Amino acid sequence: MENVYLTIVLAPLLGAIIAGFFGGRIGRRGAHSVTIAGVGLSTALSLLVLARFIWGDLPVYNEAVYTWMVSDGIRFEVGFLVDRLTALMMATVTFVSLMVHLYTIGYMADDEHNWPHGALTGKNSYQRFFSYISLFTFSMLMLVMSNNFMQLFFGWEAVGLVSYLLIGFWSTRETAIFANMKAFLVNRVGDFGFILGIAAVGMYFNSMDYAEVFAAAPAHAETQVALFGGVSLMTLICILLFIGAMGKSAQVPLHVWLPDSMEGPTPISALIHAATMVTAGVFMVARMSPLFEMSETALSFILIIGATTALFMGLIGLVQNDIKRVVAYSTLSQLGYMVTALGASAYAAGMFHLMTHAFFKALLFLAAGSVIIAMHHKQDIREMGGLRRYMPITWITALIGSLALIGFPAFSGFFSKDAIIEAVGHSTLYGSGYASLLLTIGVFVTALYSFRMYFLVFHGTPRMDEHTRHHLHETPWVVTVPLVLLAIPSVVLGWLVIEPLLVTNWFATGDWNPIVVAHDHDTLHTLREHWHGQWAFVLHGMTMPPFFLAMGGLALAAVVWWFTFAKNPKIDDQLQAMGGPVTKVLQAKYGFDDFNQKVFAGGSRMLGRALWLGGDRAIIDDGVVNGSAHRVAALAQRARHLQTGYLYHYAIAMIVGLVGLLTFFVVL
Amino acid sequence: MPFDAANLFPILPEIAILVTASVVLVLDLYLKEKDKDINHTLTLIGLLVAIGLTGAVGGGDARVVFDGNVVRDGLTDLLRGAILVVSLLAFVYARPWLKDRGLFVGEFYVLGLFAILGMLIMVSANSFLTIYLGLELQALSLYALVAFDRDSKKGAEAAMKYFVLGALGSGMLLYGVSMIYGATGSIEFGPVAQAVAEQGMDNKVLVFGVVFLVIGVGFKFGAVPFHMWVPDIYEGAPTPAVLLLGSAPKIAAFALAIRMLVDGLEAIQPDWQGMLLILAVLSMGLGNLVAIAQTNIKRMLAYSTISHVGFIFLGLLAGSAQGYASAMFYAIVYAVMSTGAFGILLILSRKGFDAENLDDLKGLNDRDSWYAAMMALVMFSMAGVPPTVGFMAKLLVLESVVRIDLVWLALVAVAFSIIGAFYYLRVVKVIYFDKPDPDMPVLTTSGGVRFAMSLNGLSLLALGLFPATLLSWCQSVFV
Repeated sequence: MENVYLTIVLAPLLGAIIAGFFGGRIGRRGAHSVTIAGVGLSTALSLLVLARFIWGDLPVYNEAVYTWMVSDGIRFEVGFLVDRLTALMMATVTFVSLMVHLYTIGYMADDEHNWPHGALTGKNSYQRFFSYISLFTFSMLMLVMSNNFMQLFFGWEAVGLVSYLLIGFWSTRETAIFANMKAFLVNRVGDFGFILGIAAVGMYFNSMDYAEVFAAAPAHAETQVALFGGVSLMTLICILLFIGAMGKSAQVPLHVWLPDSMEGPTPISALIHAATMVTAGVFMVARMSPLFEMSETALSFILIIGATTALFMGLIGLVQNDIKRVVAYSTLSQLGYMVTALGASAYAAGMFHLMTHAFFKALLFLAAGSVIIAMHHKQDIREMGGLRRYMPITWITALIGSLALIGFPAFSGFFSKDAIIEAVGHSTLYGSGYASLLLTIGVFVTALYSFRMYFLVFHGTPRMDEHTRHHLHETPWVVTVPLVLLAIPSVVLGWLVIEPLLVTNWFATGDWNPIVVAHDHDTLHTLREHWHGQWAFVLHGMTMPPFFLAMGGLALAAVVWWFTFAKNPKIDDQLQAMGGPVTKVLQAKYGFDDFNQKVFAGGSRMLGRALWLGGDRAIIDDGVVNGSAHRVAALAQRARHLQTGYLYHYAIAMIVGLVGLLTFFVVL
Repeated sequence: MPFDAANLFPILPEIAILVTASVVLVLDLYLKEKDKDINHTLTLIGLLVAIGLTGAVGGGDARVVFDGNVVRDGLTDLLRGAILVVSLLAFVYARPWLKDRGLFVGEFYVLGLFAILGMLIMVSANSFLTIYLGLELQALSLYALVAFDRDSKKGAEAAMKYFVLGALGSGMLLYGVSMIYGATGSIEFGPVAQAVAEQGMDNKVLVFGVVFLVIGVGFKFGAVPFHMWVPDIYEGAPTPAVLLLGSAPKIAAFALAIRMLVDGLEAIQPDWQGMLLILAVLSMGLGNLVAIAQTNIKRMLAYSTISHVGFIFLGLLAGSAQGYASAMFYAIVYAVMSTGAFGILLILSRKGFDAENLDDLKGLNDRDSWYAAMMALVMFSMAGVPPTVGFMAKLLVLESVVRIDLVWLALVAVAFSIIGAFYYLRVVKVIYFDKPDPDMPVLTTSGGVRFAMSLNGLSLLALGLFPATLLSWCQSVFV
């Protein structure tokens, strides 16, 4: 199997290299063909691997492929751990990536118009874009297939790098550059925690290998670290690793970069900032469940952060007018749901939601992109309306995506979200009551902002200008086919996989169980014990508060932004005005951005300036660097005269050396 | 001693080189001027055969033949391979230069091959006598190579200096050997090691002898203060000769050190550790400092050699398996780097013009961006910039001194390599940011040279990214 796994990883890399370095030579068609071929191959093989895990008896693969170096007894390797958890991620990542590749052909077809005339950076931008998204697929696969912390970190940083490159893809736009810098810096904060966590693992376990660390972890259950007056080692490691996850998976307060990342082209918003990369944190915590299970403090921390993100980010979605930003805040909120599930030790439910979310959120983003293409790159939903008549496929698929998102019964999101809310309800950890309440309210908010956007975009009267409306039409097949292909799993996936994932613990293969849950943390056991099939789950769910809240949100949205809006087109603005200070707070996004901008960005600039003037210029440049350089140069000029060119001087030098050594070592 | 054909098996690579050298020597007499390429082809074939034989006879347990005088072990295999590969590259680079100057004669190949033979004998020596034999064979061939452009005054002067100082160095080495013999009653490494272990460090005669041995090693490496020959010879000798004497002989010198100091005298390691430490600090310091003041790039590379020798000594003086392995890694990597650097100088030279000064590299990027990139790789690697292999090599030797708690030494080494980075980066700056002189002609090189140089340059990157294989080979030698 090693060759299969290597192919899965390397095929997209090869595509990225060819499209990236030889893009000018092979042209647009060549670039998208080669990358799609690479990712297509990966997808086919990943699905095959998944199928063999489901219907066959593929053994777990955990081997090092290459030993990079050995230092102080710690092996740094490139290796793969492919079990069912990995296989699920591989299939999700490659499938969504393939859809996005196809979609990009349509979305980036006119990319020349996005660059100033004659800009050098705009040259071959189409090929470059394909190279980046293929490179992203490679990095993400390296991340999920890793069997050790080093490679995990490599993948983690590599996806971050590609994300940075893609957010700032339109590098001539001031806002794009600001956004990618912001994403990079905020992720640095998270990654700092992450690498400290990995370092702590290396320090105490003397290994980078997952299996070895997990096996040795119980022995360290009671280990204390003399830090902040003594904390448990496991709590320290888990919280540090989770800080990494907070950066990548955009959890409060490190969420600020994700809305801004919408400056990037829409396909990557779907691929990176909704379906895959931002879920890396969720995957990582699930993968590390044997460690996280050992620290209730860390789990409580996760629970509170996740629930806070889930509700409060959803609320911001209500006041956004940019179609992509609404979806972005919904992504933040849904990530919060996944993370909360992790905090409640319902790792399986978190992974389940990760998977269903990957499909319906990619669908929603791509549908938004389809609308953006049709609207000639206008993104303000106040200028849309009535699009269902012009773009029927986009309309229907967006409706499906929205229903899945709000958890409409029997859609995929319904299963995963209900499972999370139920699991959190059963949690007994500190903060679980708070989390449970927030998640339940969140359901209402989700329905409200989702359908606010849906009605404003697809229903009501068209509000765009005459010229745009005249050109409105359904997008080409490369755009709509991925929409349809993503809509299918958005409907049926939950129904199909809830039983294996949550009830029969499909993740375990033989005696290898990637998702470890301590007995008294097992919040999914009620769901398992009372499992009577999907129908029973749906019917039971329809008697519970989340269902009524979702329907209430949907109904309210329909009343306000469909029926009332038809008579009073100013209703949205009036409502926002009515909100008064609440609206202001939401529009300011709780002030995180201003605070960061003023305190952290401003503060570090001030500090930087002081260090530059005082430290760098005065002491380092003039003193240490130039000063020492001058001194070294002077010394060098003098020392070169030792070399006189006379043979007898040279011989004397040798004799002096001899006498010196003899005196030093023999006589003394 | 009764002749036993099985004795010959472990030294088949040496025999291949000897045969090639003899064939070229005789054949050259009958070759017309236009057929001299046959020498070149034969030499390359001979080297390739020797590389193949190295692989064929290599591996497995150590084997001692010729009454304990010759040994074939892991060290032999790896160093032989490295010497042969590096020399092969050197011959490929040298050909156009020789042709342009009417020096495309058999002597160059014969002398070169005998020098290689000498180095191979050094790496498979198991007694002081054999190692001295190899050393002299190599040295005598190289003296002649330095002077082989007979009309060059500078070459003759350099050869003269090299010869006299070399004789002095060899004399000291031999004197040291006689002391060791006097103290232990043997010249074979095995028995010497035993006797030394019994006597320990109390025997002043032994320590006295070791001082002379270390001086011999220091001279061969070109360590301060026995380095005086290095800059003058590098500058004065024809560049192809510098290429041959500046790369593979460092690997042979490494073998000299390991065979004598480790195989023979490891029991008094604390003594020679101190001596090497002094030489290492002086070499890193003086080499890096004076290199800054050079405008002649051959001289600059000479001083850079001296500083690299200091680094190799760091690994040796650690006295641990890890230290020896890292020094070996460094020595091999250094040989590859210096081959690349002088190879570029040869490529830049043409009839009536030798690329010798820093200015001759000006704007290389505009003239040939691929060679510019290769030279930049070589320079980055010499400076120890990741991800090139030079970084890995430095890291490993530093690790080995840190492990024996000589942190201050590691700090000194780092400080000097920062100073050293200046003159390597200056070369990169000249290549990329200066404009070429308008009258510089277009570079024309054969496909073979381009291929060899690409291999040479890219291997520095490849080894830096994937050091594990070579490193594990080096480590497997010292277990």
